[in-house]
Amino acid sequence: MPLLEVRNLRVEFPTRRGVLTAVDDVSFSIDEGEVLGVVGESGAGKSITGTAIIRLIEPPGRIAGGEVLLAGRRIDNIAPEEMRHVRGKQIGAIFQDPLTTLNPLYSIGRQLAETMQTHLGLSDRDARARAIRWLEDVGIPGAAQRIDAYPHQFSGGMRQRVVIALALCAEPKLVIADEPTTALDVSIQAQVIALLKRLCREHGTAVMLVTHDMGVIAETADRVAVMYAGRIAEIGPVRDVVKGARHPYTEGLMGSIPSLTHRVERLRQIDGSMPRLTDIPRGCAFNPRCTKVFDRCRIERPDLMATDGPTRAACWLYAKGEARDAA
Amino acid sequence: MFAFIVSRLFQALPVMFTVSLISFAMFAYVGDPVAIMLGQDYTEAQRQALIRDLGLDQPFFVQFFEYLKNAVQGEFGLSYRLARPVSDLILERAPATLELSFTAAFLALAIGVPMGVYTGLYRESWLSRFFLTISLIGVSLPTFLIGILLILVFAVMLGVLPSFGRGDTVAIGWWTTGFLTASGLKALILPSITLGLFQMTLIMRLVRAEMLEVLRTDYIKFARARGLSNRAVHFGHALKNTLVPVITITGLQLGAIIAFAIVTETVFQWPGMGLLFIQAVSNADIPIMAAYLMMIALLFVIINLVVDLLYYLVDPRLRGSLAGSAR
Repeated sequence: MPLLEVRNLRVEFPTRRGVLTAVDDVSFSIDEGEVLGVVGESGAGKSITGTAIIRLIEPPGRIAGGEVLLAGRRIDNIAPEEMRHVRGKQIGAIFQDPLTTLNPLYSIGRQLAETMQTHLGLSDRDARARAIRWLEDVGIPGAAQRIDAYPHQFSGGMRQRVVIALALCAEPKLVIADEPTTALDVSIQAQVIALLKRLCREHGTAVMLVTHDMGVIAETADRVAVMYAGRIAEIGPVRDVVKGARHPYTEGLMGSIPSLTHRVERLRQIDGSMPRLTDIPRGCAFNPRCTKVFDRCRIERPDLMATDGPTRAACWLYAKGEARDAA
Repeated sequence: MFAFIVSRLFQALPVMFTVSLISFAMFAYVGDPVAIMLGQDYTEAQRQALIRDLGLDQPFFVQFFEYLKNAVQGEFGLSYRLARPVSDLILERAPATLELSFTAAFLALAIGVPMGVYTGLYRESWLSRFFLTISLIGVSLPTFLIGILLILVFAVMLGVLPSFGRGDTVAIGWWTTGFLTASGLKALILPSITLGLFQMTLIMRLVRAEMLEVLRTDYIKFARARGLSNRAVHFGHALKNTLVPVITITGLQLGAIIAFAIVTETVFQWPGMGLLFIQAVSNADIPIMAAYLMMIALLFVIINLVVDLLYYLVDPRLRGSLAGSAR
């Protein structure tokens, strides 16, 4: 049984100009201790998917369909108060910008202690001792002295370490990390990712790593899901997606990554840009930009299907009976 | 901290100096005190004697210096109309105004803040809409009209509350209080509601707007993602972050309540400083007006200092900069 299972998740935002579907029929699963990378362009729905799992979508956005199961138990329809005990205790979250995710008016020690006391029922003294240990674990120098410091007294990288400690301190089974390094300095990014990787391995925590940085994914994830316009375009083991992508979009995405080992004249690019949610084309959402497009792509929307490789892709090229040279 | 207070007090000196210059200028430019004090029949010798007694034959700066010297000692001369020391008159009237003002401010805070939190949290509920409609009335109806309406309903029609005066008071030293007698408390109800209603609705709307702002921030979302209880999120993390602007406005409004209790005191014939002042204005009783002006300026200076100190308590980010500026 997978730790997290998402089935046909659909997230909608009612607007004045009609209902926008930000996440459309997304299904995937994460096993215990596994790192699933979720990549895609801005607006592809990857962050919304993460937010929907912990049910923190800002109204009027709402989950319009599908199921989310944590260790075999549905969590998309339980009472808000019950959901509160899932958040933090079973699913931790790391947000993008460490400068804004910490409450500026509370010391970091207090924020850590408060989280642990909510979920683990510790005494003040135990919570404080554990908070210091956590700060040491995430590499805050002089943790015992700095526990009463306030967020503004830390640098961005240090704050993200504190955020990681906050996400992990109640020992959740899963962490949803939403672009945890995007707001950080390039030199700090690698350190923070390495830290997250180490801690999750030590604690056996599974990670849903949302990012648009393929480099981070390639280094960290076990499997990767590529999202495009609210749907999963391709999902599979990270090596196969990077080296042997089957979906033309993934192929294009991987081709556009500069390489240090191979000399290339010009990086490949995918012509055009991702459609806005208001005008997603009929059929496959990628069809206007696809180099291998054929008639069926413009009419019918493909679901994820088995390919000739280890990955699954939402592409008619792999439908049975469809000739590969149809394009 | 101490250095900060001292530096703030030094900054207050030029303010008070300027205000005293303006209030002193009233003697020279608003009416002729000699003519007022002498009445209809007088001889030239009497006039000269009075001018000499009042020190009006001295140069401007000598007069101003004398005025300042006395003002610092709390002496503002004799009231033209009542022929009593202005300081005595003000001390006599101050308890009535201060008790009324603080009751009104207390009501405004005690009711306005919870209402603001509620309407911020449950924007769509009918109770919130009801509060907002009421607050619109509070903001837009002029104070005197509210006072008269309250008198009409509770004093004239229902006859349950007194329509004017302070009721029985108890003297504690030079301070007279209406808090200790039933009639004193009853007399306090209508005026304090009248005086506090505007502030209450203002505070409610301010807290609501700030709550809406703060509830959208990442750290509130992160606090929810950590599974903290609604109580901790709403009243700990959110409310505390709304406090800085609320303290600013409340401080200024407290000054305004005391300074501009004039209208309420007139409507309810409340024997406070406002009533004293309005009578002074209609009689061109300049010493009282000048003293009142100085006292209100001092009050605002003190309130601003207290507000700054409260910032210091609430927001750790300001502690560093305050300490820095004092060094």
